[in-house]
Amino acid sequence: MKLIPASSTPYVEINKKKKIKWDKVVPLLFISPWVIGFLAFTLGPLIYSLFISFYDWPVVGEATFIGLDNYKTMFMDDPLFWQSLWVTVKFAALFVPLNIIVALLLALLLNQNVKGHSFFRTFFYLPSVISGVALAMIWAWVFNGEYGILNYFLSLVDITGPNWLNETGWALVAMVIASLWGQGTMMLIFLAGLKSISSEIYEAASIDGASKLTQFFKITLPLLTPTILFNVINTIIAAFQQLTLALLLTGGGPLNSTYFYAMYVYENAFKYFKMGYSSANAWFMFLIVLGLTMLVFKSSSAWVYYEGEVKKVK
Amino acid sequence: MKTKSRVQKTFIYALLIFFSLLFLAPLFWMVTTSLKSPEELYLFPPKWIPSSLHFENFKEAWISQPFTQFLTNSLTVTILATLGQIVSSSLVAYGFARFTFKGRDFLFMVLLATMMIPWEVTMIPLYMEFNFLGWINTLKPLIVPAWFGAPFYIFLMRQFIMGIPKELDEAAKIDGASSFQIFYKIYLPLMKPVLILVGVFSMLNCWNDYLGPLVFLNDQSKYTLTLGLAQFKGMFGVDMEGIMAITFLISIPPLILFFAAQRYIVEDVSKSGVKG
Repeated sequence: MKLIPASSTPYVEINKKKKIKWDKVVPLLFISPWVIGFLAFTLGPLIYSLFISFYDWPVVGEATFIGLDNYKTMFMDDPLFWQSLWVTVKFAALFVPLNIIVALLLALLLNQNVKGHSFFRTFFYLPSVISGVALAMIWAWVFNGEYGILNYFLSLVDITGPNWLNETGWALVAMVIASLWGQGTMMLIFLAGLKSISSEIYEAASIDGASKLTQFFKITLPLLTPTILFNVINTIIAAFQQLTLALLLTGGGPLNSTYFYAMYVYENAFKYFKMGYSSANAWFMFLIVLGLTMLVFKSSSAWVYYEGEVKKVK
Repeated sequence: MKTKSRVQKTFIYALLIFFSLLFLAPLFWMVTTSLKSPEELYLFPPKWIPSSLHFENFKEAWISQPFTQFLTNSLTVTILATLGQIVSSSLVAYGFARFTFKGRDFLFMVLLATMMIPWEVTMIPLYMEFNFLGWINTLKPLIVPAWFGAPFYIFLMRQFIMGIPKELDEAAKIDGASSFQIFYKIYLPLMKPVLILVGVFSMLNCWNDYLGPLVFLNDQSKYTLTLGLAQFKGMFGVDMEGIMAITFLISIPPLILFFAAQRYIVEDVSKSGVKG
């Protein structure tokens, strides 16, 4: 690294003025790797992507400036754009609340001070460690309509399971189920949130005769809202970037019923080689994600309690 | 809080066990499928324990494709990228945590904000950039960017450094140590837990990555294991025991890594998330 010779010189007697200047350079040297990487691999590409989105940009051949045409095409005559957006919104609408409920429920169970809770925690977290490809392979087999274990379990309670991945109504539900399997990180975040709530509050509530259910809705849930907010944002962003599962579990089918937005962007770029158009798709998604994040943040004051406020009440 | 009735306790245990079975069943199903003979594969109701264990499934699946080559590629990427992440992220984190300079807070905000940028937006320009550099179809796009730090890791390390008392470097400064010496001799040893944590996260990420290899690699000789497995599934879609065998094999290193570093992960995933 270049930093070594540069920062090991201050022994040398230098006049004060020079030394002060040097002090200004050292911190920049430390952060320089990120600054360079940010310019080369994030900011540069981000701006360039916007630039390309105003062009008809095939992989081979001349690029032509077409102004806002890519954006117009997208909204006006590309049913696949709307389809993929709709699939993503449906997925998010199902997955975001379910994911939070499951993760929170598991975290609550783990937080009950029972023996062996670290084993259970490990079990719930294990699926989050393996790769998305492995997850897709496993679930493709679990969802198998004829021989899969999911339908076997369902048959135990006299339900004839659908052919999960090949039916338009069920494929997206299958994706939600497979994704719920990897909820581990969210559960850990909730668990930490629960642990940070002091037991004094609960004791005080018990003395006042509050039931467990009241305690949950009046103490636990309000105090967890910052954590929930954080998780909601993360999950929405993740839904818009869902590609691995879509590619490997269903390939977007049947009849585009799991054709996620990320898949649409990816295929426009690397299957149909419409670089300009795909960049426009990506930028539109970027704006949506930005907008949603801001919306969730803005609305947060209505439903998020931060610790500071609680202390005032106390 | 501490006195729970027996009924309550039983209920909690029952739920915990029920959910454990639910979460472990697919993993168990993967393992047991990988050991089955083709005849026992397609049975309904399924057979949970194969009547004989077919370990040769692993070998057959492994040699049917150049998986040894894929393994070498995966290891190369994982090791070199993680090394880069640790070196550069710790330097940057130290820079943000221990110096005051103009625009620092703004830059750190920018750093955090970049975590929100979806990969789709930068994917095409990055592809063009790497293409221009002649890096497409090499492992470089998966390794070189890691040497410039990653926001999340920098964030984790910065939080950790902020928790270290500042008096330490005052004393070292009086002894005439340079900033880099202080970082290298005093801070790095103290940062061991967070270095391990970032190392584990980075290794898991690189090993499990699918989209990076998918976009930047074309030639089979350059494939990583995840890409190799996806291709294997495409070619041998019905050879379930083989697919599950490879799936099992590539899941073993992450599982081992997780067990080895569990306490760091569980402790720290949590801390970083809540403090917003």
